[in-house]
Amino acid sequence: MAVHGGVTREPGHKKHKATQYIVGYLSSLILTAIAFGLALTHTMRVGPLIVVLTILAGLQIVVQLYFFMHITEGDGPPFHALFLILGLIFTFAIALMSVWIMGFPAFMAQVS
Amino acid sequence: MMAMPDAIYGGHSGVTSSDKPLEYRDPNQSVKILGFWLFLATDMLLFGCLFATYLVVRTHTDGGPTARSIFDIPGFTLETFFLLTSSFTGGLSTLAMRNGNKKALVSWFAVTIALGLAFIGLEVHEFIGDVASGATWERSAFLSAFFTLVGTHGSHVTVGLVWMFLTLLQVAKRGITPITARKVFVVNLYWHFLDVVWVFIFTVVYLSGRVM
Repeated sequence: MAVHGGVTREPGHKKHKATQYIVGYLSSLILTAIAFGLALTHTMRVGPLIVVLTILAGLQIVVQLYFFMHITEGDGPPFHALFLILGLIFTFAIALMSVWIMGFPAFMAQVS
Repeated sequence: MMAMPDAIYGGHSGVTSSDKPLEYRDPNQSVKILGFWLFLATDMLLFGCLFATYLVVRTHTDGGPTARSIFDIPGFTLETFFLLTSSFTGGLSTLAMRNGNKKALVSWFAVTIALGLAFIGLEVHEFIGDVASGATWERSAFLSAFFTLVGTHGSHVTVGLVWMFLTLLQVAKRGITPITARKVFVVNLYWHFLDVVWVFIFTVVYLSGRVM
């Protein structure tokens, strides 16, 4: 048993490396740079641009969850991942369905 | 220093507990991490509602300031860079905790807090500038939704900063134990979550506001 920084550790217990975090950080910077580049240089039409930006933001969720939040780790069955997926479904449903229904011509005429 | 309760909890879920990261080894702590994930799922709903409101009223400017006229590109780019970097340094503090390196853990917490303060400073500066130019939150539906959404995120970040500072003090005082390890892990989960919310804010609010 080697005592290290106040934590008892088993011999041969592997040291955690920073690689995963560096890959995560670089991925988030690259995804952000692409989003900013596309949006601020006006190279795409607005419709497709919004779709691409949303996909890039979705990928950022995956980066944070996998590389930083260790979604794949845990104790026992992955209940936390189920909570999160359910939360994500509700969140996107609330936001996107609100946009959809409030875009109806009848509503657009009333609220301006 | 106390030894890990491996002898007691070994064999839990069919895995020897020493195979797990420190914060999950004690079942009493790992159930609290599970509870925190549940909180994040519900906090996401709060932001979902605020995003929905913003998306619906973002064009309702009532002849006042528009998204394009008030969003400052260098400002929100720098805010984004600070928050993304702080999410990375927060991750490095989790790494230091798992390696039992208290000194590195405290240092990365300090760096993360400094970056978070820089983010909040810029956001407050941006809000003050908006208000000074007449873009107050009672001016239009767009501005009400904008300040509510971005301000709710900003207040989450402020709470996170206080929380992280208190966790830093506990780690400095008590060292890395199963309990402080869980606290470090949970405050970082919260911090990464806020980074994801910010990604959606710069996508939906700032970048879309500049192009639409």
